[in-house]
Amino acid sequence: MILGSINPAVLMAALMVAATPILLAAIGELVVEKSGVLNLGVEGMMIMGACVGFIVAVNSGSPFIGFIGAALGGMALSLLFALLTQALMTNQVASGLALTLFGLGLTALLGQKYVGITPPRTPKLDLGVLSDIPFLGRAVFSHDIVVYLTIALVGAVWWFLKYSRAGMILRAVGENHDAAHGLGYHVKRVRVLAIMFGGACAGLGGAYLSLIRVPQWTEGMTVGAGWIALALVVFASWRPWRAMAGAYLFGGVVVLQLNLQAAGVRIPVEYLSMSPYLITIAVLVVISSGKARGSLNAPGSLNRPFHASS
Amino acid sequence: MRAPLLRLEGLTKAYPGVIANDDVSFEIGEGQMHALLGENGAGKSTLVKMIYGLVKPDKGQMTLRGEPFAPTQPSDARRKGVAMVFQHFSLFDALDVAENVALGMENPPPLRDLARRICDVSEEYGLPLDPARWVGELSAGERQRVEIVRCLLQDPKLLIMDEPTSVLTPQEVDILFLTLRKLSAEGTAILYISHKLEEIRALCDEATILRGGRKIATCDPRENSARDLAELMVGQILTPPERPARPKGDIVLEVDNLSLASNNPFGTSLKNVSLTLRKGEVLGIAGVAGNGQDELLVMLSGELLAPSAQVKLKGKPVGHLGPNGRRAQGLVAAPEERLGHAAAPDMSLTENALLSASRRKGLATQGFINWPKTETFARDIIARFDVRTPGPHILARALSGGNLQKFVIGREIELDPDVIIVNQPTWGVDAAAAATIRQALLDLAGKGAGVLVISQDLDELLEISDSFAALNEGRLTDIRPAKGLSVEDIGLMMGGAGDMHVAHEASA
Repeated sequence: MILGSINPAVLMAALMVAATPILLAAIGELVVEKSGVLNLGVEGMMIMGACVGFIVAVNSGSPFIGFIGAALGGMALSLLFALLTQALMTNQVASGLALTLFGLGLTALLGQKYVGITPPRTPKLDLGVLSDIPFLGRAVFSHDIVVYLTIALVGAVWWFLKYSRAGMILRAVGENHDAAHGLGYHVKRVRVLAIMFGGACAGLGGAYLSLIRVPQWTEGMTVGAGWIALALVVFASWRPWRAMAGAYLFGGVVVLQLNLQAAGVRIPVEYLSMSPYLITIAVLVVISSGKARGSLNAPGSLNRPFHASS
Repeated sequence: MRAPLLRLEGLTKAYPGVIANDDVSFEIGEGQMHALLGENGAGKSTLVKMIYGLVKPDKGQMTLRGEPFAPTQPSDARRKGVAMVFQHFSLFDALDVAENVALGMENPPPLRDLARRICDVSEEYGLPLDPARWVGELSAGERQRVEIVRCLLQDPKLLIMDEPTSVLTPQEVDILFLTLRKLSAEGTAILYISHKLEEIRALCDEATILRGGRKIATCDPRENSARDLAELMVGQILTPPERPARPKGDIVLEVDNLSLASNNPFGTSLKNVSLTLRKGEVLGIAGVAGNGQDELLVMLSGELLAPSAQVKLKGKPVGHLGPNGRRAQGLVAAPEERLGHAAAPDMSLTENALLSASRRKGLATQGFINWPKTETFARDIIARFDVRTPGPHILARALSGGNLQKFVIGREIELDPDVIIVNQPTWGVDAAAAATIRQALLDLAGKGAGVLVISQDLDELLEISDSFAALNEGRLTDIRPAKGLSVEDIGLMMGGAGDMHVAHEASA
């Protein structure tokens, strides 16, 4: 049996690592979309984070500072998007696509001198006895801290959206911006903050690729991870924990694809690379045909520009 | 004389091109029920938006209990005891009742305590509400209760109600009035905005009448007849539409026991709907918003297909035909939503005329549009229906509601149809334009067309219809002659007050 050569514990470990960058970007985009903004520039903000994070980490010698730089880099690019769509009222879809292209181009320029360099290593988190548990220790408890912080972030976002007043206002703005404005909430302020959070998360996701997962800088190294993150938000019907499940599923597909190749299974890799998108399309079809609660979970004002009438 | 609660002095607000409010001054006493009367566009909304802090006045000042009051945002106003129930509800479909209430409060308690307080208040005032339900699933009447409860939880000194009865059945209106009287007796002043005169005469102690942004008068509505008030409000004497007597003709439209699922997840499905419409008949269909009006319209217009034999036009099955097919056979429709459904907002009037008329008027041949002919057609509509616009090249979105409505209805009437279906033909339209539209519909019926009017305005339906039915949760009542129906009969046909009735009896 060819599949026997795949070690489930290693597979699980690799899956968590593969899922982390897209989960980071997706959880940020989820908050952005919950506020009623569709930012298609996730790919651009991710690559920005990957590049800036790499440059800062190499120059400072600290991956930690690198991650901060990455978050700021992603946020800076997202502020450009916020300026375009919230202040200048441009079309969100077009601005998002432009952001992706701009991010890819800008990072190709910025990162020219950094190709082929190895970044400072991020240490694995020492979890003591936990890492000695058979199977689980290898699969779950032997990662770097970012993996665990990402899971904590998912929990925090879930709590924020469900239980905090600020989260409720954010959902209200995304659901019906006219009503929120009528009640005196600052629609644009909420949206700009959400966009910045989304940018920071995408930047962190990108830096995870260039500083830990790969770890190296190459031009266009995100290769579609941002698009998977976007698909993931829809796949999760805008629910944080479901986004995590989806990220692990999509991450699993990526890892499986590599492992299957290594194990010599004769499935063309392209089928697996397609699968996240195919699954997302299938989910979209199910969501829009059903009258279940899931179909009503899309934010009501998503991708609608807001003009204050008074 | 009551002690004054809120005093407005010389409030003025201008927008580019219009003066929404011009030097408006009046006073509201503690616990007073004060009506603000005026037609659409008279400046009522702008005025209350200034009181609620959504709009800043250009000039003038307000004092609340003797202190200067200049709210810069709604939360300021709420803190000082001003609460508002909006005409188009400021609710969030995907959030539950408790969350919706919390969003309108300054310092909401934790959601669990809030849910209990919602239950308490709703019981005390006879407004049953389940705090855990999704607002998207609620009826219009229930949504209004959410808004009212949201206001009551903040112990307001002044409650502003913007056209609160437009979405309620007559019985629900009675219950709302009970609630409002109770509040007033407890010392809450109410600023009640409406253009329904009888309501105001029944409820309010004082009325301020606005016309064209200016205050015309402040008077006691109970000492003036509805007719006097109407003349103050409109500024001219209105003649009720003429109704030429006409014999009933053959059946032109027939729907046979049709059940149809709605195409909207929050919509109401039609259940066992049967109706017949004769030549020259005006059939009025009443109902509280959201009871299947939109679905009835799209089912009849052909946007939602039905089994072919269950919808018959002049005896021929048309259920399987789309809007163009039915239009070709003589059935036209004008939906409620003017911008986006009846007309394409970013297209010119000429283009909009083409969209529905191309087939019946022969405005396109072999796929090529005859622009000169189309423009002439659009000009005809504008001239005949007195649409106030610089010309047919103007975008639909640039027209005021009343003018666009005249254009949209006129466009369908000009097609010389055998059957016309209209939904809310005079919603948000000023009185003069409404009279024009009603007269045009009656004239069309006089020429032998079947006219089906879906409306939430009972006065309108009683004025123009020959026969009458009501929609209630997707079911259509039997059709009855309109003559001799009382408002109570109609209220019962519309479904009465539902559960609110029971609640008030229980609390009484």
